[in-house]
Amino acid sequence: MVAGLQAGFMSLLALRLRHMQVEQADAFRLLAEENRINIRLIPPRRGRIFDRQGRLIAGNEPSYRITVVREDAGDVAEVLARLAHIVPLTQDDIDRVLAETARSAPFLPVTVADRVSWEDISRVAVNAPALPGITPEVGQSRVYPMGHDFAHVVGYVGPVSERDLERYADPAPILRIPRFQVGKVGVEARYEEHLRGRAGTRRVEVNAVGRVMRELDRQEGEPGADIQLTVDHRLQNYVRARLGQESASVVVMDVANGDLLSIVSAPSYDPNKFVRGISVDDYAVLRDNERRPLASKTVQDAYPPGSTFKMVTALAALEADVITPDETVWCPGHMEVGGRRFHCWKRVGHGHMDLESGLRESCDVYFYDLALKVGIDNIAAMARRLGLGHAFDIPMSAVADGLIPDREWKARTRNAEWRIGDTVNASIGQGYVLSSPLQLAVMTARLATGRDLAPRLVKSVNGVETAPRTGAPLGLNENHLRRIRQAMFTATNNRRGTAYSSRIVAEAMAMAGKTGTSQVRNITAAERRAGVIRNEDLPWNRRDHALFVNFAPFEAPRIAVSVVVEHGGGGSAAAAPIARDVTLQALYGGDPPLEAYPSADRSRIRAQQERLRREREAAEDEDRSRA
Amino acid sequence: MSYLEYTVKTVPAGPRKLLFLNWPLAVTLIAVAGIGAVMLYSVAGGDFSRWAEPQLVRFTAGFGLMLIVAMVPIWFWRNMSVLAYTISLALLVAVEFVGVTGMGAQRWIDLGVMRLQPSELMKITLVMLLAAYYDWLPVAKASRPLWVLVPVLIVLLPTALVLIQPDLGTALLLLIAGGLVMFIAGVHWAYFAGVLAAGAALVATVFQSRGTDWQLLKDYQFRRIDTFLDPATDPLGAGYHITQSKIALGSGGWTGRGLMQGTQTRLNFLPEKHTDFIFTTLAEELGFVGGVTLLFLYALILAFCVISALQHRDRFAQILVFGVAVTFFLFFAVNMSMVMGLAPVVGVPLPLVSYGGSAMLVLMLGFGLVQSAHVHRPR
Repeated sequence: MVAGLQAGFMSLLALRLRHMQVEQADAFRLLAEENRINIRLIPPRRGRIFDRQGRLIAGNEPSYRITVVREDAGDVAEVLARLAHIVPLTQDDIDRVLAETARSAPFLPVTVADRVSWEDISRVAVNAPALPGITPEVGQSRVYPMGHDFAHVVGYVGPVSERDLERYADPAPILRIPRFQVGKVGVEARYEEHLRGRAGTRRVEVNAVGRVMRELDRQEGEPGADIQLTVDHRLQNYVRARLGQESASVVVMDVANGDLLSIVSAPSYDPNKFVRGISVDDYAVLRDNERRPLASKTVQDAYPPGSTFKMVTALAALEADVITPDETVWCPGHMEVGGRRFHCWKRVGHGHMDLESGLRESCDVYFYDLALKVGIDNIAAMARRLGLGHAFDIPMSAVADGLIPDREWKARTRNAEWRIGDTVNASIGQGYVLSSPLQLAVMTARLATGRDLAPRLVKSVNGVETAPRTGAPLGLNENHLRRIRQAMFTATNNRRGTAYSSRIVAEAMAMAGKTGTSQVRNITAAERRAGVIRNEDLPWNRRDHALFVNFAPFEAPRIAVSVVVEHGGGGSAAAAPIARDVTLQALYGGDPPLEAYPSADRSRIRAQQERLRREREAAEDEDRSRA
Repeated sequence: MSYLEYTVKTVPAGPRKLLFLNWPLAVTLIAVAGIGAVMLYSVAGGDFSRWAEPQLVRFTAGFGLMLIVAMVPIWFWRNMSVLAYTISLALLVAVEFVGVTGMGAQRWIDLGVMRLQPSELMKITLVMLLAAYYDWLPVAKASRPLWVLVPVLIVLLPTALVLIQPDLGTALLLLIAGGLVMFIAGVHWAYFAGVLAAGAALVATVFQSRGTDWQLLKDYQFRRIDTFLDPATDPLGAGYHITQSKIALGSGGWTGRGLMQGTQTRLNFLPEKHTDFIFTTLAEELGFVGGVTLLFLYALILAFCVISALQHRDRFAQILVFGVAVTFFLFFAVNMSMVMGLAPVVGVPLPLVSYGGSAMLVLMLGFGLVQSAHVHRPR
């Protein structure tokens, strides 16, 4: 009976064996395969970024690091000591590596040194027999050969953070690769999906503790798309040098298609530092600098446009048929509106002013009068038609909307009624009005062409041209536009114009522009009685912003330029000279002949050109030696 | 002087005894040990010296031990039963004080040459003593309560000692083996029905105790039972062993993946692959065919034992041979059930195949007794 029991149990075992091995074999085979096969990702090459001439702005360079594998090294401390003879290693590094190797699995590589120079790597390779377990490894790292010039445009990449993972709805597994880099700001961030490419896969056989036994097969990924910008690296480089340490923005736009030829915020920073992991000290210097090198002022900062806004007011009045260009207004130096006195910048007054002289001499009272006639609704509508008050879709970080105030806006946000004084302030680009340097350049381009141009920063993606926007006509009366342009021309070329000292004398290149000076403080009645303090006597951060917008050449406009110098003082003194230099540089495609400048300025300009040339060469040498 | 000593006239003497060995049984044992060596060679990744060689040395030593035991007349062993049991029991007690702790339990005594597991030795000496007891006891008294109580104590004493090591698997094996020997000896079935009912009640009580302050089993023992009932609940923790084992076993298919080709074994997904889980490797690499072949060889061993026992007319020899066979059966039945997911994971090796000395020597000792009975049977 016991024998029968045993036989019975043995048949049960055999049946069970049959059930598992024959009937369920496929399912178990699959599970066994899942166990042993691991999929490893091969990071794709990140797309490169070029300027409009094909100059590399963001590329990839091999980055070398040295790793150690404990089980191959044997005595890790001994091997590291030998390594320290040929590669600079601190005691801290050695201690860290020893701690890490002791902690991790014996077959896992531990990084000894990162971003090692080629010379060091070669020395390690040559001495390989004496350094068991030490491996020189090659990876890819982002590099920005143009350094500071494109920091705000292209931005930079960095290691994936928790916040990045939250940002993408479905974080691709590739983001989990250790040390994988993603765009953090600028084009690098906005075009992340294009630049990243697709990861390749490598199927490897692993054992139970994850050691790779062999590679089974490999599927190459797809490199990221290359991107070409509309920006001209030479102009960009010149503009940055020209701005120096000013806290300023310059935007140069091609009026034929909206291409941004240059878009510079100054001062700038070196994006390469961020890729390598910026030190706390270096970051603090950038963060605490009152000139805000990290801010992309061209798009993310909005300033009161000041008198550069006067074209909007004038055009609104002309289009609404409430004035004719030749009607005059008497400027006694101030105007009483709603029981409050609004001053003209010229205390003694301009006398009789028409459209041309009003814009040329930037008479405030003339525009107060226009504003009262045309009303805030027309002004706001015209401002929006010209591109103010709304963020353009260009792939930079934190593009600002700016602000064009109207009754509805004030009721909604301030819960207050629109006052006539608000209209008066808005008419000269003060009060609530805010616009970014980019918007001012678009406004100028639209005035110069009468078409609704929009800025374009990316010229092509993977060789496929992005649609340029030549713009549909804005539907503005060409006669009105012509009168405005003429008035802007006289502002720079008439002896009484506010920017006469920054004129271009080469006739084919002549520019038409408008100065602007925007207050960053309220002048109190007490201050006014005591005599308005001159800008130069104020602390830097309370001085006025200097603005200038222009297009050129006057007869056949090719470019529109906007310049904002934070706390620069007056527009004619601080911003217009920069605009002229930039305009000429853009039109001539390099240093312009001195004949383009008025004879009185030539010796000073020559000195400046030579200084900037030296500075740019020195900076380029420095970049090259670092790269 | 017993019946045997008078009736055995034709018992060969001296070296001639070798010719009268149960050779089919011996050859089958060699075959199984051969399979074991091949598997150990495969598990070591083609390294003969790692496990296969020492195991073969042990088997040879065990085989020698079997021959020596076989040469000694069976009645000598019967007379030795009480002493052998007492020594085993003493060792079990000693292991509590001087034992080497391994895998969370005190199980080993280090003898210098080898590490001995007294609980293994007890498996055979327990059977010996029970056989001797029932040989001495008139058959008619076998089912009387008082005469049932004695063997019950003989079984429970070592079982309790093993349980506190703690080694639940071996304790249960001793209990079941002892019970089966008593059943073979003719104890009335009603006792077993009673014990089974009580056992069921005990199991219920044990589960009731979980989480209370009078908890009867250690936490890991409860977890093993949990994972046996549903390995999927904890595939990376306690259920890991059984899940990986089933995957390896199942992926073998009809003919297996070939020696040294089993990915589960080679890549270390399989735990204890050279000891308790070696049958999994065998099934993975040699498939259903290999598994059934081993099962068949085991069945042959059992059959040779049973035939030998039936040919015998001495009660001690009969019960002893049955008892050794039952112990052997329990070894591989529990081990195989465990790796196939039919029983909880209890550390029981696959007899003659798993790497390890104690179990091998004890089994060969047991087969030595079987051979001795065979040689010294009346003809």
